[in-house]
Amino acid sequence: MTKRTTRRVALKGLAIAATLGATVLGATAWTASPALAGKADDTLNIAWDRELPNIDFYFNNSREGIVVNRLIWDTLIYRDPNTGEFKGLLAESFEIVDDTTFEFKLRQGVTFHNGEAFNAEDVVATIDFLLTPDTGKLAQQTVGWIKGAEALDDYTVRIYAKEPTPLATLYLAGDIPMYPADHYAEVGPGGMGEAPVGTGPYKVTKVVPGKEIMFEANADYFEGSPKGRPAIGKIHQRTIPDVNTQIVELTSGKLDWIWKVPADQAEKLATLPSLNVVSAGTMRVGYLQFDAAGRSGDNPFQDARVRKAVSHAIDRKAIVDNIVRGASQVIHSACYPEQFGCTSDVTQYEYDVEKAKALLAEAGYPDGFRTEIYAYRNREYLEPMLGFLQQVGINTDLRYGKYAATRDSIRSNNVPFAFMTWGSGSVPDVDAITPVFFGGGPDDLAQDEEVQAALAKGGSTVDPAVRQEAYDTALKKIAAEAYWLPLWTYNTNYAMSQDLDWTPTADEIPRFFFAKWK
Amino acid sequence: MLLYTAKRILLAILVSLTVSALVFSLLYLSGDPATALAGERASQADIMAIKAAYGFDQPVYIQYFKWLAGALQGEFGESVYFRMPVIDLIVDRLPVTMMLGVSAMIFALALSIPLGVLAAMYPNSLIDRAALLLAVVGQALPSFWFALMLIVLFAYWVPILPASGSDSWQHFVLPTIVLGYYATPAFMRLTRTGLLDVLSSDYVRTARAKGLSPAKVLFKHALRNAIIPVVSLAAVQFGFMLTGSIIIETVFALHGAGFLAWESISRSDFPTVQAVLLLFSWFYIILTFLADLLNAWLNPRIRVA
Repeated sequence: MTKRTTRRVALKGLAIAATLGATVLGATAWTASPALAGKADDTLNIAWDRELPNIDFYFNNSREGIVVNRLIWDTLIYRDPNTGEFKGLLAESFEIVDDTTFEFKLRQGVTFHNGEAFNAEDVVATIDFLLTPDTGKLAQQTVGWIKGAEALDDYTVRIYAKEPTPLATLYLAGDIPMYPADHYAEVGPGGMGEAPVGTGPYKVTKVVPGKEIMFEANADYFEGSPKGRPAIGKIHQRTIPDVNTQIVELTSGKLDWIWKVPADQAEKLATLPSLNVVSAGTMRVGYLQFDAAGRSGDNPFQDARVRKAVSHAIDRKAIVDNIVRGASQVIHSACYPEQFGCTSDVTQYEYDVEKAKALLAEAGYPDGFRTEIYAYRNREYLEPMLGFLQQVGINTDLRYGKYAATRDSIRSNNVPFAFMTWGSGSVPDVDAITPVFFGGGPDDLAQDEEVQAALAKGGSTVDPAVRQEAYDTALKKIAAEAYWLPLWTYNTNYAMSQDLDWTPTADEIPRFFFAKWK
Repeated sequence: MLLYTAKRILLAILVSLTVSALVFSLLYLSGDPATALAGERASQADIMAIKAAYGFDQPVYIQYFKWLAGALQGEFGESVYFRMPVIDLIVDRLPVTMMLGVSAMIFALALSIPLGVLAAMYPNSLIDRAALLLAVVGQALPSFWFALMLIVLFAYWVPILPASGSDSWQHFVLPTIVLGYYATPAFMRLTRTGLLDVLSSDYVRTARAKGLSPAKVLFKHALRNAIIPVVSLAAVQFGFMLTGSIIIETVFALHGAGFLAWESISRSDFPTVQAVLLLFSWFYIILTFLADLLNAWLNPRIRVA
């Protein structure tokens, strides 16, 4: 064989090897999946943009994780998202024995998806797991209040709080699903993520991490659950990162439901007769945070007149009406208006450029000043705000980063001024927002002792009247001093097939067990 | 040749170690992973607990060396986001990226080499201009826009291909066109230039003078020599296709390794980012290395470099 022939053979060999390699590798990616057609085969096809972490709820802090949690698992009690009423779920009834003791009479005859019977042992094991340190669980804040759990008999269990915790029932109703004791001990978070087992209205039949989850209605779901028996046979969730691709799939009938559709796209989709588009408020609020305490060093925002000037300088209504749109609304208090304890009877700062300039001049900044502003999302909302600030002479250097880096900077005393948002974890209580930023913790840039004391009082009792009064005091002082400029509530645009009968709730937790076909 | 190969292997190892250390440091600069994992509701105490549980409370260099020690033994650790072995994630995602990369490369070569040959055979003709136009358009079109246009055309207006997913070969058609088309201009122009040079060389003139048919002159004598630089470019472009397909994987919801790396950065999922990027850097290194060897083999003068 000549040298030239050798080279030719070698080149051909390389080409053949590359093609074979590609075929072998590609073959594993080509696993067939059934064609799904929504109502026709009783499968609700949904998509969202974010890869879901481990499905094990306690190792998952995403909103989509909350949605999945409610489908697969049940909590002891249930809170009606429309009326706020608490009802028994895995517990037939419950009693608040005293400020720190909750007693639950459990339903009998409830089984997990793997056939394991549910009883008090599962409740105690779940709580014990949550109280075990160093498991790496991410759900810390919703369980940190628990002292322990005790089974009084097979179907009676008590959960003890370390101290009076106003949010205890809310956490128990949403954030503490019950796991099968024996199964979880055997498979742990890894196994639970791959093949979740709960008591909920849907069981998982397939998980491809980050890509898709297939749910099937739990035919054995117990009678009497306030979640009701699921009306739709299957739910197929896919992760489609690009919203435009989601929209094409929805309009071409391959998806039945998407959410977080941008306002301009939602308005266009609403004109299509085959689709139903709904904008619903969420508990997320936007705000400007000032370093009033001077934690980042001397800065103009230590002067209340400057903070008030900023508050007057920004036309929040114009931004909401023209850019944020949907169900969003301007807010004036450091909380979501429908949270328990939130009051809007506080000092309000109307848009008034002249007043803003006068306040700046009074504070010694007649020509304005330059400041850093930190932010991590919604640049399209931020840019007009910076434009409004420029009108009164406040020029900004934008530090735009990831959420974790921005929050770290705030906590490390590097931030004089920030545009941030807060979702309260969908907890409908002021205690899930105001104390975080004004309770004296690392995010408190106001460090107002009067506010801190009022919030501590509101958070240490379960008496609604005392709590409301305490939060009134705190929120009025926060607004009067303009420690924050509350901006607006956020909204989520949902787009769905006209075949689907489903209504969103203000807590931004889609409950597909209530969905049905028209 | 042996010394040359040894030098290249040593260099490849050094590059891959540098890439891995750089990535580790950059990720830490972009924010505390415990804060990212804990979510917005977490208190400082919660974040400290997560730091301790995941080992983020140790000095960065210790974390890095621990990871490196594991990686050298084939242990890439567990994804802090998915709570599953990183290697399983990669095994799940890599075939999609490989499939896309290989099919896009085949598409690009199948389109660009004939075009380059035609353009060289008829320089400054209408064919040459048309090929040039195609090349300019391919280079100028933003991939995400081109991808969306194809989706609207073939998944909505004329619904013959799926818009997202990776379940069948049909799912790869549109992404292959987008990714392959972007690489086409470079191949096409290189083929054209190389062929024009070769066609005016003495040995081609001699071949013609010997009375060989134009096809034999073109394919047996000219093209085989003109295509050598394309080999080097193909190696680099293939690396790009494997690692640079993030936008295309995002738009078509392909969930390949590129998309996994991109998402893992925003999630501060260190073990996953490290493993995928290390893998990608190896791809680049191995492909460049193979191209170097191939070129050295084809052209002995390179070996002394």
